[in-house]
Amino acid sequence: MSGNGASSSSLNMISGEDVVNNNFSALVVDDSPLLRLLHDIHLKKYGLKVQVAENGKVAVDLFHLGASFDLVLMDKEMPVMNGVEATKELRAMGVTSMIVGVTSKDGPGEQQAFMEAGLDYCFEKPLTPEIISFLLEELNKHHNKD
Amino acid sequence: MDLVHLQRQLVDYRTSLYHEGFLDEQFTQLQSLQDENNPDFVVEVVSLFFEDSERLLNELSKALEQQIIDFKRMDAQVHQLKGSSSSIGAHRVQKLCIVFRNYCEAQNVEGCLKCLQQVKHEYGIIKTKLESMFQLEQQILNAGGSIPV
Repeated sequence: MSGNGASSSSLNMISGEDVVNNNFSALVVDDSPLLRLLHDIHLKKYGLKVQVAENGKVAVDLFHLGASFDLVLMDKEMPVMNGVEATKELRAMGVTSMIVGVTSKDGPGEQQAFMEAGLDYCFEKPLTPEIISFLLEELNKHHNKD
Repeated sequence: MDLVHLQRQLVDYRTSLYHEGFLDEQFTQLQSLQDENNPDFVVEVVSLFFEDSERLLNELSKALEQQIIDFKRMDAQVHQLKGSSSSIGAHRVQKLCIVFRNYCEAQNVEGCLKCLQQVKHEYGIIKTKLESMFQLEQQILNAGGSIPV
């Protein structure tokens, strides 16, 4: 797991109230219909409003059209536009959403290159309840700062 | 067979799938996401896994029949299969995909052919076992019972 200070000690379960009473939106970007469904349902269970995109270009086009999301789950390897390219493009556009990379269990070098594209965090897929709770906690912190 | 017997049979069957390494904790995570809002979630996700896997296994078979083998494309396909098998907790299929990827990287045709056969075999087994499990669950529901956790 990589991220800005993310560690197992900060992966605490947030309260049930935080889980249900949030107005956060998420975009799941993955070329696998299975992963899109899995993460879609998982995030909805935590109270987020979710949209999906099948590759990085679809995600970038959504932002170009004026869509905004609090959280973007970005798969790394996708056709048309991969996660690294999409992340770079979103950051170049000035997108400040939390962008979380999801990768397979491959080498640490893979995660490092992805992080350098502009991710906030990078985790192995699929995301676990503990990781989603952690991300919600981080979203709450950023939301309370603004 | 009475309801209690069916429920016990399901619990034993499920336990054996974990014990024998066919499924891992990711399948448990999947089950935890199923609720009254998404009552068929597990079947839907597993059905997607079956569709994905069959398509990818066909493509891999065709790729290995070519005169010039595109190992990079094959690696990408095995990567996809690894991802989807990992997502539903199909542990043995996932482990074989890791080995398969190593052979793709080494451009080892014999290794790839052997791995493909092994993956097809393991996929066939897990598909049969999951379908049997879903049938048992349906029998329990048809008998007016609930699925034991």
